[in-house]
Amino acid sequence: MSNKVLQAMYDDDEVLIKAVKKTREAHHHIEEVFTPFPVHGLDKAMGLEKTRIAITAFIYGVTGLIVSVWMLNYMMIQDWPQNIGGKPSFSYAENMPAFVPIMFEMTVFFAAHLMVITFYMRSKIWPFQTASNPDPRTTDDKFVMEVAVDGNLEALTSFLKETGAIEIKIAEKKD
Amino acid sequence: MAHYEAPIREPLILGDKTYHDISNDIAAPVEGKANKWWWGVFTLALICFLWGVGAIIYTIGTGIGVWGLNNKINWAWDITNFVWWVGIGHAGTLISAVLLLFRQKWRMGINRSAEAMTIFAVVQAGLFPLIHMGRIWNGYWVMPIPNQFGTLWTNFNSPLLWDVFAISTYLSVSLVFWYTGLLPDFAMIRDRATKPFQKKIYSLLSFGWTGRAKDWQRFEEVSLVLAGLATPLVLSVHTIVSFDFATSVIPGWHSTVYPPYFVAGAVFSGFAMVQTLLIVMRKVSNLEAYITRLHIENMNKVILVTGGIVMVAYLSEFFIGWYSGSLYEDFTYLSVGAATGPYWWAFWALILCNGVFPQLLWFKKLRTNFTVSFIMSIIINIGMWFERFDIIVINLSRGHLPSSWTQFEPTFVDIGIYVGTIGFFFVLFLLYARTFPVVAQAEVKSILKSSGEYYKKEHH
Repeated sequence: MSNKVLQAMYDDDEVLIKAVKKTREAHHHIEEVFTPFPVHGLDKAMGLEKTRIAITAFIYGVTGLIVSVWMLNYMMIQDWPQNIGGKPSFSYAENMPAFVPIMFEMTVFFAAHLMVITFYMRSKIWPFQTASNPDPRTTDDKFVMEVAVDGNLEALTSFLKETGAIEIKIAEKKD
Repeated sequence: MAHYEAPIREPLILGDKTYHDISNDIAAPVEGKANKWWWGVFTLALICFLWGVGAIIYTIGTGIGVWGLNNKINWAWDITNFVWWVGIGHAGTLISAVLLLFRQKWRMGINRSAEAMTIFAVVQAGLFPLIHMGRIWNGYWVMPIPNQFGTLWTNFNSPLLWDVFAISTYLSVSLVFWYTGLLPDFAMIRDRATKPFQKKIYSLLSFGWTGRAKDWQRFEEVSLVLAGLATPLVLSVHTIVSFDFATSVIPGWHSTVYPPYFVAGAVFSGFAMVQTLLIVMRKVSNLEAYITRLHIENMNKVILVTGGIVMVAYLSEFFIGWYSGSLYEDFTYLSVGAATGPYWWAFWALILCNGVFPQLLWFKKLRTNFTVSFIMSIIINIGMWFERFDIIVINLSRGHLPSSWTQFEPTFVDIGIYVGTIGFFFVLFLLYARTFPVVAQAEVKSILKSSGEYYKKEHH
């Protein structure tokens, strides 16, 4: 029984949030919730941990800054110093004011792109990925909560009905 | 009461809409067929685009001598158009990023199209420096790679190279920001598509988006961080564009006020272009419930503020030039010399279009009127083109050596490339309007209960 889930469908976000809270209070395990739009407060109600993706963005940004400083120092100071418009090329510090725009742009470039790639990888979204939402209506106006079946199936079904589900289906648990 | 919003705030979604209605309304242009008007405008845009392609091929094949440039005026329409297009692009990022940071919900009806406009405009802008290289096949020389004779690197001291980094970062980050926001909306179209080919295409485009709670949590965080990154980025882009002029020693160019003044001007012209596109689009694509009079009025207010900043910059440039007492400052683009010289028409076009006419928007009756807003947006677009033309051509036409004073005559190639980019822009935008979800429907659904007209009434 433990590899089965019940998919309870709701047609309102406020009903869904209440249902999620009740289900957790009743100590049923929520596998997943699918919504057509970001429902605010849903992650808290489900007890999801805060995402750390903003921290990765900061790390990527710092990486971009370091890479740009290394690149500019190597190309403009070490490898082939040139006298351009009298701008001092003897040390990085002296030439640095002219490099601020590049340092800034590369920081943003690294932070933005690597963060988005991290998001895509973590959430498993990329080209040719097939969608796995249980019902096509979950991208339109319906909300689906998947609850793990442990013990009495009928009791769980009637419990979910009470929380306001409009449709309940049983399905195999994915991975 | 999770969805409570003060009743004094005007609704952002008009009528008695449900979540499903929003899906229907946004998917309708994608699923429906184009009407005669669309085909008419598209054909016209395509012809302009092809004319531009011809002019570009002629330029590359023959050399940039086919333009009207001369010894003194060695930058003209090309760089004017470049700055004009980059500036237009700024509104999209401002709407999607800055208004997100300020938690302005009215951005949701318009951010998708504004960002699309940003990307298409920056594509046009990027064409001009590439063509102006003359030998476009050497364009990769702007990349930080050693040349074939040794290790001579690109010159990182040059504002023109800063531009390369700024524009390419801006374009790619805007693209990623836009595309990530599109994923749930592509998924919505995918899940309701009935034709197999359509289903296949939108499955591919949606990257398998499913709308899990964790994905939404990350989605919102990513949007917020991208907005935080895009905000300084968009300010840096036009700042760096202004450095192209401000770091030079040409009278009228070497001005410290340029960066903030250029950014304000960019936002000013960009919002005007958003108005031009959306006032038409809301009618053609039946989006009157999502792009309302309030949206148009709010954008007009931004136009008023940024237009005011631009006007203050004009006045201070004019005053400082005059106050310097320098003979050469009397020939710069904002001076008595310019107002009465051979380019008097360009000077007055700038003052009237950017300074005088937009002041009409102080009247609520006028700024909430669609026709007035549309005409005003066209006027501002013209005015902002003249601003860049004036900065470049008037300042170059007069210099320290009176014997080389001259004027600029555009050739048919100059005109062809400019008209061609306008055509290309509209080709892209019209294709977008028929194949993409043009309103961020997932975001709009999330504010339906707080800002929808029906729900607001029900609460009171």
